[in-house]
Amino acid sequence: MKLILEKRPQRSAKMALLSPLLAIALTVFFGGVIFALLGLNPLRALYVYFLEPLTSWWSIQELVIKAAPLVLIGVGLAVCFEAKVWNIGAEGQLTMGALAGSMIPVFFTGWQSPLTLVAMLVLGIIGGALFGAIPAFLKTRFNANEILTSLMLVYVAGYLADWLVRGPWRDPDGFNFPKSVNFEGWQVLPTIFGDRIHIGAILAVAAALVLAFVMAKTLKGFEIRIMGNAPRAGMFSGFSPKKTVWFAMLLSGGLAGLAGICEIAGPAGHLQPLISPGYGFTAIIVAFLGRLNPIGVIFAGVMLAISYLGGESAQIDLGVSARISQVFQGMLLFFILACDTLILYRIKLLSGGSRKVTGA
Amino acid sequence: MPQEAQNAAPLLEVRNITKMYGDLAANSDVSLSIDEGEIHALLGENGAGKSTLVKVIYGSLQPTSGEVWWQGKKITIANPAAARELGVGMVFQHFSLFDALTVAENIALALPGKLDLAGLSEKISRVSKDYGLPLEPTAHVADLSVGERQRIEIVRCLLQEPKLLIMDEPTAVLTPQEADQLFLTLDRLAEEGCAVLYISHRLDEIKRLCHHATILRHGKVVADVDPQEETANSLASLMVGADIHTISAKSGRETGAVILGINNLNAPADGPFGVALKNIQLDVRAGEIVAVAGVAGNGQGEFFDALSGEVAANTSQAVKFLDTEVGHLGIIKRRKLGAAFVPEERLGHGAVPEFSLSDNVILTRHATGDDIVASGVVKNVIADDIQTRISDDFDVRKALPDPEARSLSGGNLQKFVVGRELDRDPKLLVINQPTWGVDAGAAALIRQAIIDLAARGSAVLIISQDLDEIFEVADRIAVVSRGQLSDARPATELSLEEIGMMMAGSHEKNSDHDSDRGEVASA
Repeated sequence: MKLILEKRPQRSAKMALLSPLLAIALTVFFGGVIFALLGLNPLRALYVYFLEPLTSWWSIQELVIKAAPLVLIGVGLAVCFEAKVWNIGAEGQLTMGALAGSMIPVFFTGWQSPLTLVAMLVLGIIGGALFGAIPAFLKTRFNANEILTSLMLVYVAGYLADWLVRGPWRDPDGFNFPKSVNFEGWQVLPTIFGDRIHIGAILAVAAALVLAFVMAKTLKGFEIRIMGNAPRAGMFSGFSPKKTVWFAMLLSGGLAGLAGICEIAGPAGHLQPLISPGYGFTAIIVAFLGRLNPIGVIFAGVMLAISYLGGESAQIDLGVSARISQVFQGMLLFFILACDTLILYRIKLLSGGSRKVTGA
Repeated sequence: MPQEAQNAAPLLEVRNITKMYGDLAANSDVSLSIDEGEIHALLGENGAGKSTLVKVIYGSLQPTSGEVWWQGKKITIANPAAARELGVGMVFQHFSLFDALTVAENIALALPGKLDLAGLSEKISRVSKDYGLPLEPTAHVADLSVGERQRIEIVRCLLQEPKLLIMDEPTAVLTPQEADQLFLTLDRLAEEGCAVLYISHRLDEIKRLCHHATILRHGKVVADVDPQEETANSLASLMVGADIHTISAKSGRETGAVILGINNLNAPADGPFGVALKNIQLDVRAGEIVAVAGVAGNGQGEFFDALSGEVAANTSQAVKFLDTEVGHLGIIKRRKLGAAFVPEERLGHGAVPEFSLSDNVILTRHATGDDIVASGVVKNVIADDIQTRISDDFDVRKALPDPEARSLSGGNLQKFVVGRELDRDPKLLVINQPTWGVDAGAAALIRQAIIDLAARGSAVLIISQDLDEIFEVADRIAVVSRGQLSDARPATELSLEEIGMMMAGSHEKNSDHDSDRGEVASA
């Protein structure tokens, strides 16, 4: 007896839309099972985890603040993954964007003008894009696997940030805490809708809308879809696989860098050793949950933001570790990929005299 | 056949093998017998049924009817493992090895039983020395030439002490020196009593090596001969067949100026199993159809890529279109000049299976003056109009107004892919295997459309393996063999026998041929 996956003759368009919902439902169900195994009332625990974050204005603001970087990074990764370029290192590009943008307040502490903020955001994009350019170069020049190189560079960026805030960029008046000077005035993002949500949320939605248009209506979008789908046909169409890799890495790196500087110039207000709670990795889940569709990514970003907040409320109200949010995120990704696989393939049970694989 | 005495029974005998794929008989009533120590050639064009027969013998296909006898006993070979247990070894044409592992590690992976790398290495050294197949067990596969990699496959088979060794087009990837070395090894094996089933379409090799030749055509055995008593000519006409002499009288079109000029075109092999192009010369004039015949895998893919611009040519003037040197221009610029291309592979090269037909229109026409793209924005409505027009003009049958390409049958998709280019009324059409694997109705429509295009004054270059097709449409014919192209000669002057000889490589210039392949084995 053995199981094989057999390709379905036709994809079901309905199931393709339902699959993220199915994955969420499965995650909630098995989340309940885990809570039950921990000895908690699963219904109450699920309420605390998924719904309580939506019950107060404070936590809704917090939700938007967390969703913004996830969406910003997620749309870039959605385009990247659509081209079958696997940038796994958005977390590192986020860090480098945050560092590059922070150079303005660190080195030009007194500069106050609207241009200050613009310069910081632009530097953030450039920092992330340049860090994304490294795996792009290694792939196009040496055919090095971008999954490995981009992932490994995450740690390079992390240690660089750590060294800078503990060393040369440390605030001289900061009582030896590992942080940079506090950002002030035009060095922080203006807030909207109350006192905490900042314009990063608007940037995220704008990026999603622009990329939705690019992917659906432009030749660039066509190029990305064709290179991801059938590279040989893409070359026949006249596009260059290398240029696609560069475009995908620079775009996703740049958006991750923008998310990084928005995080530092927004909620944090200064550079610190830990810049993000893993937004760059979580955004991978966001991109897939959003079906690599920029509009879908907005909803997926909110969903994953809930998982962060839920982890916090579960820790406070239920006394379980905040790591539970990583468990939920992992389950979600697993179920999305499983659902997607089962849309394209069906499981077949082969019994008895199984055929041996030809040794060639 | 009545029971024969045990000692006189052939090693392997297949009797009346038929293998059906739907209505198509890949093998029809094929019989063949091989004695111990015999090198037996299986000769035929692409699609003649050689691979099917071999897969039956190696157990990876079950025949629809017919019997397999081994040393006088009727048997069923259920799978390749069973074949290997009997003592059948096979060296595939396109073998796969792990680049990062050593020779010994690669062989160990394929062998049953416990791993003993040291012992195995010793055995490999011994076998490879005994049979003149120099091989270093600790060498990494990545550093080896294709010829050396093939040795790994042969040694792997020899370690299992086979009684019958099947070799599928072994010299296709070898330099002539490597091929000579291989022949010595095979002679030696035969002397020791091992039988060899040798698949090839190269007549000189078969005359040099083989004791017997079974010739297949359209899935049937057409002759069972002693190659020593045949001439290369007679073998060639047996292989190609004399039943397709229906040369259609051309209407004697006026030919005009040279549209496509190919001048000393060289190109490297596309991957380890590719074939390099050597000094190709060819002119195609307005109003004529020139066909490039040849057995698959003789450089046709590389030739097409160099003409389309997917791979840049060696020099700018190697490919000239009208009066423009296009050798270094990309495919979009060549299209803009009025050239159109149809590759061999419909799905994944000529069209994206998961894209709608209108998106597949964009694929080749986003820059060719159809106004599909304006300042970077795609107008799907225009693409859909073109898609509808092509479907109507070329009788593309589909269930939905704008379906995914993969839902179309092979013939309908090919009509679409060809129609997409002809709809532009190109000045030059380069088309690789125009009717490969399509039904007769679609093939007739496509050929007629190609003839009509030439009649309107365009130049057409067809790359095809199908001699019927070539004689039906071509004004002049050239033959490609191991990356070398013969002179193009008028179709009316060429006999099938001559074409068969050329397909087997008679026009190859052997003097400068060896050094170009680059990968000479280092022992």
